[in-house]
Formats: sequence, structure tokens, C-alpha cells
Amino acid sequence: MSKTTEVTKDITILFAGDSGDGIQLAGTQFTNTTALFGNDLSTFPNFPAEIRAPQGTLAGVSGFQLRFSSIEIYTPGDICDVLVVMNAAALKANLKQLKTGGIIIANSDGFDPKNLGLAKYPAGVNPLKDNSLEKYKVHEIDVTKLTKECLKESGLGIKEIDRTKNMFVLGFILWMFNRDMDNTIKYITDKFKKNPAVMDANIKTLKAGYHFGDTSETFTTRFQVEKAQLEKGEYRNIMGNQAAAIGLVAAAERSGLTLFYGTYPITPATDILHELSRYKNFGVRTFQAEDEIAAIGSTIGASFGGALAVTASSGPGIALKGEAIGLALMLEIPLVIINIQRGGPSTGLPTKTEQSDLLQALYGRNGEAPVPVVAAYSPSDCFTTVFEACRIAVEHMTPVFFMSDGYIANGSEPWKFPTTDQLPTIKAVFAEPRKEGDEKFMPYKRDEKLVRKWAIPGTKGLEHRVGGIEKEDITGNISYDPDNHEHMVKTRAKKVENIADSIPLQKIDHGKEKGKLLVVGWGSTYGSIKAAVNEAIEEGYDVSHVHIKYLNPFPKNLGEILYNFEKIIVPEMNNGQLVKVLRDKYLVPAIPFNKIKGMPFSAAEIKDKIVETLKK
Amino acid sequence: MSETIEKPYTAKDLETDQDVRWCPGCGDYSILKQVQKVVPELGIKQENLVFVSGIGCSSRFPYYMETFGMHSIHGRATAIASGLKAARPELSVWIVTGDGDALSIGGNHLIHILRKNFNVNILLFNNQIYGLTKGQYSPASEEGKITKSSPMGSIDHPFNPLALCLGADSTFIARTMDRDPNHLRDVLKRANDHKGTSMVEIYQNCNVFNDGAFFIYTDKETKAVETLFLEQGKPLIFGEGKNKGIKLDGFKPVIVDLTDGTAASDLWIHDETDRVKAGLLSRFFDSPKTEGHLPRPFGVFYTESRYCYEDALVEQITTSISKSGKGDLNKLLKGSNTWTIA
Repeated sequence: MSKTTEVTKDITILFAGDSGDGIQLAGTQFTNTTALFGNDLSTFPNFPAEIRAPQGTLAGVSGFQLRFSSIEIYTPGDICDVLVVMNAAALKANLKQLKTGGIIIANSDGFDPKNLGLAKYPAGVNPLKDNSLEKYKVHEIDVTKLTKECLKESGLGIKEIDRTKNMFVLGFILWMFNRDMDNTIKYITDKFKKNPAVMDANIKTLKAGYHFGDTSETFTTRFQVEKAQLEKGEYRNIMGNQAAAIGLVAAAERSGLTLFYGTYPITPATDILHELSRYKNFGVRTFQAEDEIAAIGSTIGASFGGALAVTASSGPGIALKGEAIGLALMLEIPLVIINIQRGGPSTGLPTKTEQSDLLQALYGRNGEAPVPVVAAYSPSDCFTTVFEACRIAVEHMTPVFFMSDGYIANGSEPWKFPTTDQLPTIKAVFAEPRKEGDEKFMPYKRDEKLVRKWAIPGTKGLEHRVGGIEKEDITGNISYDPDNHEHMVKTRAKKVENIADSIPLQKIDHGKEKGKLLVVGWGSTYGSIKAAVNEAIEEGYDVSHVHIKYLNPFPKNLGEILYNFEKIIVPEMNNGQLVKVLRDKYLVPAIPFNKIKGMPFSAAEIKDKIVETLKK
Repeated sequence: MSETIEKPYTAKDLETDQDVRWCPGCGDYSILKQVQKVVPELGIKQENLVFVSGIGCSSRFPYYMETFGMHSIHGRATAIASGLKAARPELSVWIVTGDGDALSIGGNHLIHILRKNFNVNILLFNNQIYGLTKGQYSPASEEGKITKSSPMGSIDHPFNPLALCLGADSTFIARTMDRDPNHLRDVLKRANDHKGTSMVEIYQNCNVFNDGAFFIYTDKETKAVETLFLEQGKPLIFGEGKNKGIKLDGFKPVIVDLTDGTAASDLWIHDETDRVKAGLLSRFFDSPKTEGHLPRPFGVFYTESRYCYEDALVEQITTSISKSGKGDLNKLLKGSNTWTIA
């Protein structure tokens, strides 16, 4: 039977199954293959908080969404073209994500009475059999049976055989989208080199899946997505947390400082620790502390000692670090605090994304405690932005917040990576040793930017004391003097404000400089807003997009930009945080547009809001 | 840690231009003085000394030492010192803390630094009271303590600080007191010589809120009977004219009268490397009011040689560099899979 190939520009696939089904791995492998092929891409893994939630239940469904294309894209897709489900729960949880006419590839073994029951389908109902899916193209494959059949002579146990199911699915999808298996075979060979039986089994199953597509009569259409016309250059695929880790190593190299990373495991920030702990040959010192407070405490010690010190957490952990952030601010030493945000408050939604903590970063400490804040807007931008956080920390002697969130931390995209010499240098200014007869060292003497020098132990003649108690200006001695306190509070605030002189002016991402509507975003909503604004502009709407990376201090021209628009909407994955700050600082009637579902905005949601706002 | 010094410095050089602001008569004065006396003898460059403290009366200590110093936040000095030592193993790092700072709010960090065994010295000023907040019971206060926050007597059972530290696998445990300057200096030297986290509990008198808490161990009339000074390889002997000794009956320490013919060789011989015996010694902790109680030991209870965290950390880095070569940032940026768009 002949097979036809349909050329398409843009495909979104959602792989879904039990969190133990290896869905994330299959998704990642397909992503890597498609990246190497040269598509533009964007991914969005979505998993439950439990490592192994009860099998077959809705709570246990893990998903991996991948969009790849021959055109430039900014989001992992609002709605899927293809839904791959390993069981009934996966179908039930994700069907609403599938476009009408979309393809369902279902592992029929996951639709037995037991699985249907676990997915809470009424007794006797099987969606694969009752025509309820007639709006879609459904392909049933008994993956479990075919995998078993394929490995019956492998000598492996049932459990081990079952674990290769994801490779069958991956093989099939590779066939369906005209991708070769080389990269995956290479990966399997590498991963299981110590266990040849498992290696062979995985490769065999992968190939079986691929050939099943080729030979099975059911599937007549393959899809072809041509290479994307991205900017010329060399690319790699990168995830947000990986980009942040590499960014830190790069900042250490470009500042000539030792990287010290003190942290306590927390979702979704921990991957940065995993990544950095592998870079010991870069001199990276990672320290897994006993708790969040010890984590930041250790970095304060390391920074006092002259290291590029970085701690990371998510909302709950940042809350615990609050007092210590205040200390770092009083000591006026460099420190980068990474917050990979997740749904809050309290434990909230550990594995779901949310722009939950902007106000915490800006205001979440006792006393007048201004801390610079920068936010990454995409997975690869985590590299640039964390590097910038390090620059500000070191060159302005201050703790700095770097904000990312679960969405871009775990998401991936192609990255036109830089070379070392394309990266700026970061200049640490250390206080010089003193000789006998030199005047006494004044630890809180400042330069014109109000920045003090980094005076590290081991430097002759610089013996001095710092601490959390209010200090006298210049000498750093304890002072309870009322005028001095007011002066110091104002000085620390001015010091942070002065950073505005060293950051770029705010650019308009897309659209006119003056007009009817401005969409203002920060962080990971970038892709959705960009896609929505692009579409709206193409349709003739008068709308522009500004995306703020520097959230404290704001770029100097931000107010000017805001005042040039009749209306401003601020989409945020929270209950309205940036919007409060903008209204407070610029007295503009900005309108909040919020989504608090632990899920990113779709471009369509934002586009609808744009249209609705312009029609009012 | 010993390094040659270009110009020796003295106790006087370790004084700062700040007025010492502890209450007149506070035991902290004596400790400060002995630390300033001992440190110049240790062969450490002045600029390599760092004193880190938390919050509480004792934590004002760094302001009075002409070294690098950090008066940090409550309970966290141990955590901060860990990071400093991990980043700069060559520095001589001293932690000054109190019973509230180390045992209450900072309890978690204390047990973890002991387990990790960073090469630092911890001076725990134990006055069994919260002094800076004007007199509440601390986790080291005796049961039934009448304070402003416990007018009917405290309900809390106290920590036994050294037993706690031993339980956390501390590699050096010692006890001394503010009113015995010679012993204090000797213990500080031993603590500094030990490679690993050295835990020194210093009984310190708060003459305002808990005056006389340890007088029984320092006053002439009672000191000989109530204290037991530990010396490596020597029998446990105490009392007026050294007339009493301690013998082990199985695992039970028994006080014996040396005047009735018991030979010193039959007594418990102090062995700092014996963890089990150190455990027993740390339990010589009964209130002096208890009938038949054992004397309170002072000196080095236990010491053990175990790798230090920062050394192992540096070693992993060295090993990694020798195995895979010094990190190449360009390679890291590039990763293992790339494609080119022409």
C-alpha cells in the first residue's frame, strides 16, 4: 500500500501517559532529533508532583508537548495536532488540548476495563469504541502486545520489556514525521552501554515501532516539516535551567571569580544543581546545604570570601531566605538569588508554573530592602539574563534576583549559542591591600555609583567588621544615629536606582511606539504575547508589545513608553503583580489580565483579550 | 594552617577601636581577653583570621577583634562559615555563638556543620539564658527555671550540648569556662590544632540575668569537688587534694575514694579517642543538687581524625580537572549536538 507524505509548516504533538511510562524521555528524544534536523521548536513538559502517582489515574498523567516547525514560533502551541496517549487517563486529561480533526494515537492496552475504571470512565464505556471520538482520527496500537512480541526472545522480564514501550511509540512517531532513528540509537547505546541486553531491547523496540508505521496498513500518511529559516548560525537545543547553569559558569569565567553554588533541593530549581555539580572541572563548587537558610547562608560566606556566590530556590524556599537576603543587602556583597517560580502560596503547585513571586522579590523582606530584579523570557534567555544578574551583583555589590519559572525552566528551544569571546567581561573591584602608614581602611566608602569595594579576607590591612546592624556610613561601625539610618536607607535605595544607568533602555518588541494598546509582559509569557501581538498586527489591530526584563530598577524610558498608549494590558500568570507596580510607579491605568491555572497562556487567549480591549 | 608571619602581632593588635559594650562583669570579657592572647601564638596571619557570629550577647564578639569579622543573623553563623570555608579553605575561621544562637534557632546548622566537619572552631558561650532579650530561659537552662517567660518555672527539658554534638558526629568536643583563663587558653589551642570542626563549650557567667549559674564549678570552696579536669592518658581524679577517682563498673561510672587504698591504675584512664567513653563523660551532667552526682568534666572529651568537607570538595575539583581536563567554556556553550543554518 502506498504511503503519502503531507508537507506541513507547524506541528504540535502532545505525548501523555503515566508518569512512569517514559513519556518525558520519548518527548525529549524526539525533540533532539527534530532540533538536529533544523526545525524551530518549543517544548513544554507537564508532570504531576508525585514521582510515581498511582498508575493509570488522572493524577498520574505526565505530558510532554512539543511544537516544531519550518516557520519561526514562540510558544509550544496552544492546541495539539497529534495526541499520543498511553492509557485512558492520559486521553481523558488531555483531549481538550486536541484540535478538531486532530490525530489520536492510543495504546489500546491502556484502555482495558481496569484502566478505564482508573480514569473514571463509567462502567462499560470505552471512548475508543463508542464513537465519542469521531471528530478525530483515531489510531489504536496495542503497544504493550507488540512490544512483548518483539522482545519475546530477549530473555528480559515482563517489567523490563514493559519499560521499553516508550521506545515503540517514539519509533512510530519518528516514522510518522519522517525523522531518522540515528540520534536515538546513539543515545540508547550511550545510556545502556553497561547493560547490553537492555540496550538491544530498546533499540529493537524503537525499530519495531518505526517499521510498524511503515508496514501497517492503517497508516497511510506521513508528515514532513521542512527546516526552519532561522537566523544563520550554529544552533543547539537548550532548556531553561540548563541555560541558567551554563550562564553561571560563563559569568564566573568572564569575571575571573570562582563559582560557589549553595542550594537546597526544590522543584523546579534543582536541575541547575544537577547540571552545575557536573562542572567540577570548571572549578565550580556546589554545596547542597541542610536547608534553604543554610543554602543562602553558605553563599553569603562564600561571597564575603570573594566568590561569585549563587543560591537558587522556588517561592517557599525564597521565603525562608528572606532574612538572609536582607543581610547580604546590608553587607553590600554580590549575591545572585535564583527563583524558579511555581504555583503558590505555601507548597502550592510544585510542578506547575506561575509568575508567583514578583512582589516577593521586590518587597518580600523586613525593612527597606531594595534588591535588583531581572527576569528571563525564554529558555535560552535564561543564559543571558542570569549572566546579567551576575554582572549587576558583582559590579554593583548587591544581591540580585534572577526570576525564571517552571515553564521556561523545563521548556526548551533552539539557541544560537555565543562563543566565549562574544560575552562581556564582568569587572569585580577588590579593595587593595594596605601597607603600614596607609590610612585606615573604610569598608563603606563608595564610588560615584555608590558602590563599595569588595574587601575579602586574606587581604593585608583590610581587617574590618560587617554585620546586619545598621552601619555608620563610610566606617561601617555600628550606628544607631537617627540621621545616619535615614541616610543609609536612602543610600542603599539610590545605589539600586543607579543601576538604571548601566542597563539598556526598554525596547518595543513589536508594534508602533505610540498607539491604542500596549501589551506589557515580563518573564515567560513572552512567547504567547509575541505570537498574539504578531497575529493581531497582521490583522490590522493597533497594538504593541513591550517585554520587561529589568524589573528593578526599570529602564529609564519605561514611563515614557507607557504614556504613549491609550490603553495598557498586563497579562500575567498570577493575580496581578507587575500591574500593581506599574500603576504605583507610573500612575497609569494598566489593566490586569490574569491566568492562575498553573499553565501558560495560549497565544489565542491573549489575542482575544487584545481584540476585546480594542473594541471597548 | 600554620604560616610564617612577616611581622608578629600581639594581643593588643587584636583590639579594635570600638568600645566593648557587654555589661560590666560579664564573662565575655574574660573570653575575649584569652582569645586575643592565644591567637597571636597560633601562627596564623592576622588577615587570614575571620570571626563569624550570629545574634546574641556573645555574637558581638567580632566587633572587638581586629580581624575580618561578620556579625550575621540569628543562628546562621555556622552556615555562613561553612560557605566561607568551602570557598576559601586557607582561612582560619572562628564561629562565636551562644546557647540560644547555636542550640535553639541555629540547632539545625550546628548539627550539620559538625557532621560535615569543616575545619573551623566553634566557641559556644553557654550562659544558660537569653541575655540580649533580657532574660528568658534558653534550651540550655535547667528544668523549672524561673524567668520572665517562665514565671512558674520552665517546662522544657534542656539540651546536653556536648552529648548533642557527639550525637552529630563531632570530631572534637571540649568544655572550659570563662573563669579559668589558663584552661580556656589551653583548650582554645587544642581546638585550633584539631583539623575539623572543633566544638568548644565555654561556661560563661551572665551576671545580670543568670548570675552564678556555674559558680559551683569556679568557686574555690566547691571547684575541687564538683569539677573533673580531663587529661589524655591520665586517670579521672578529682576532689579535695585529689582524693577521689572514677572507676568503670561495666558501663557505670563509680566514684571511689582514693584514700582507702584504691590504686590510680584501677581508675578510668582518659582516652580522647574513645567514642564510647566520651559518650559516658558527656553524660556526667546531673545537677549538682542531685545526691551522688558525678563531677562535671572539663577539657577535651573526644577527638577524631576525619576528612574535612572543604578538602574533599577541592579534591573532587582537582580529580575532575585531571580526569577530563580544565573546563572549556566554548565546548560547554556548544554542547554535544549542534546544527547549522546556512
